[in-house]
Amino acid sequence: MATQTQIEVVMPQMGVSVSEGTIVKWLKSEGQQVAADEPLLEISTDKVDTEVPSPADGVLGSIVTLEGETVAVGTTIALITTVGEALAEPEPEPVSTAIGSGAPDPPEPVAAQLAEPADRTFVSPVVARIAAEHSVDLERVSGSGHGGRVTKKDVLAHIAAATTPEPETVTSKPLPAPVTSSAPSNGDRLEPMSQMRRSIAEHMRRSLDTAAHATTVFEVDMSNVVAIRARLKPEFLERHGVRLTYLAFVARATVEALRNWPWLNAEIRGDEIVTHSYINLCIAVAVDGGKGLVVPAIRNAEGLNLLGMARAIQDVGDRARSKRLKPEDVEGGTFTITNPGGHGSVVGTPIINQPQVAILDTEALVKRPVVISDDKGVDAISVRPIMNLCLSFDHRLIDGAYAVQFMAEVRRSLESWGEERY
Amino acid sequence: MVPMPEKTYLQAISDGLRQEMHRDERVFVLGEDVGVYGGAFKVTAGLLEEFGPWRVIDTPLSEIAIVGGATGSALMGLRPIAELQFSDFVSCAWDQLVTVAAKQHYRAGTSVPMVVRLPSGGGFSGGPFHSQSPESAFTHVPGLKVVCPATPHDAKGLLASAIEDPNPVLYFEHKHLYRRIKGEVPDERYTIPFGKARIERAGDDITLVTWGAMVYTAAGAADELQSEGVSVEIIDLRTLQPWDKQAVLESVVKTSKLLILHEDTRTSGFGAEIAAQVVEDAFEQLDAPIRRIAAPDTPIPFSPVLEKAYIPQVEDVAGALRELAGY
Repeated sequence: MATQTQIEVVMPQMGVSVSEGTIVKWLKSEGQQVAADEPLLEISTDKVDTEVPSPADGVLGSIVTLEGETVAVGTTIALITTVGEALAEPEPEPVSTAIGSGAPDPPEPVAAQLAEPADRTFVSPVVARIAAEHSVDLERVSGSGHGGRVTKKDVLAHIAAATTPEPETVTSKPLPAPVTSSAPSNGDRLEPMSQMRRSIAEHMRRSLDTAAHATTVFEVDMSNVVAIRARLKPEFLERHGVRLTYLAFVARATVEALRNWPWLNAEIRGDEIVTHSYINLCIAVAVDGGKGLVVPAIRNAEGLNLLGMARAIQDVGDRARSKRLKPEDVEGGTFTITNPGGHGSVVGTPIINQPQVAILDTEALVKRPVVISDDKGVDAISVRPIMNLCLSFDHRLIDGAYAVQFMAEVRRSLESWGEERY
Repeated sequence: MVPMPEKTYLQAISDGLRQEMHRDERVFVLGEDVGVYGGAFKVTAGLLEEFGPWRVIDTPLSEIAIVGGATGSALMGLRPIAELQFSDFVSCAWDQLVTVAAKQHYRAGTSVPMVVRLPSGGGFSGGPFHSQSPESAFTHVPGLKVVCPATPHDAKGLLASAIEDPNPVLYFEHKHLYRRIKGEVPDERYTIPFGKARIERAGDDITLVTWGAMVYTAAGAADELQSEGVSVEIIDLRTLQPWDKQAVLESVVKTSKLLILHEDTRTSGFGAEIAAQVVEDAFEQLDAPIRRIAAPDTPIPFSPVLEKAYIPQVEDVAGALRELAGY
């Protein structure tokens, strides 16, 4: 049985400032076949006169707007009926009922249902006015209001800080020579901050001003992970072109543990707690030889197995380093992992990526002598690959007991990693 | 210096009536049980003995007759003060107030210098017929003035102004304040101008506009917020028609956040008028949505528990203030 779908032909936007168009001539008449991209009609706008191609294969079902009529951009001007292939199973004949025309409802576009509105920071009327009067770039003002909104007080404080001269210091001690000009002295180099540097600086400062940072450190015995990685690494590379890193294991363990400790995958908005139903896992990626940092998010990381996670980490890392990230790649993160251990660092106190409430830091894998107890309680010293995991959390929301239970679960998960687990 | 005498809200009204009746022979009171019984709430107690039955008139149980009689005597040059036992029953007098008294000056150029005293408000399980605060409805009627004193001092001063005023004035006195609220009231005569708000307390962070008994609810909430580091400016409008737009706008320019609180029901309550006016005149001063706290759009329940849920409480106001502070 063939399925019919109606496709709308709309007045196209022929330039940013064009708001309407006039139908000059229909090149097809109602009931005529038309192929996709075949010229369907001619229109005239105040910028251009042009042909409009058909958006689909089908039959020109009905012409809504007649020749000579002028309509707004986006207005439906005709309907094209497309004819699809028969479905695998024959559908029953529609049963006529007392209500309804019998015509099936067009299916809801799934993408439209899932798309969330972009999170835009609200600017209140008074803040907009003050910012305009003082030429303040609100992007550079840290917000203390609902959802990080810049409040009137924030913008006034920003202006005051920018215009208030440093108070004169009354002191008898000799002062260091004041910086009187922008010229660097004695071979110092002067360079402007890049946009990235400025935004990192602003974000780091704002995070420390916002969250009550506390850090906890866990030692993790990575023996199992080391063994399994050694086995899987060549296979992942050969069969999938994916580099399997320790980070992928930690990311998998983290995502699993977050399911049981949802407040770590949350944010504070005003005096409300928003707990996310999904995990957009941010991976901090150093760029420009350590002089820059971007933090792309892996969307819906809760749905990735070890291979998927390793591939996603590789993808965002490669694209970050080659500057091919899109703006949406660095938005909407819910938890962040930073990975400075590659250069031998063993402890860190990372700064939370706002508006998230925690960040996990993976440190260097170091062979250490550790005391192991067997089942009879006999102690022995063994050399084990140990990795320190450091979690900075926002103590406004997360108490120590909550944070360490999460970390204990991550550690348990990594230390007991089995062969069959992906 | 002699300390100023402390009086209850009720005594302040009572003293004000007596003082005006002594000052001006045209002033007289009429209403149900205002004479022999001294008034349902004893506001007019002793006036019959002091001024005699020609100036303290017990009327039949008919609000339209009371207001109609007051309107007629005002047209004839007297200064009537009509008491409606409960403001709820002002609906019975709507026709004389709205059709006749409010429009008389516009139609015929003759003034109607009368005062209608309206004991209003809830808080004592009076139920749907004895607890309403119907002041907002009359702000919508051109030709009427609406007065809602919150303090004993204002009650006396605004009463004197209402009696002097050449227009019909609805004087809403809150029953719950009668004996609960005491304050300094001068013995000598004074007036308080209409359309001039009183700053109950100054503050920097949020403007809270209210009137009547809600001034005390507002103060309780502002105390809580003060201890949390939020400074609330409370404006007691004192009169709703005319109302002090200037004072509200000046405060909003300072705080950029506005909460309006009233005991009357929410929809088309006077809070809506204030909110609309502020948005029209001071949109670019706002840093948060204007919030209203008011009674829900239902009759007033008898049950003490439900009445408490119905009338705005300190915690309701504090909650709204906290939200605005954190916005």
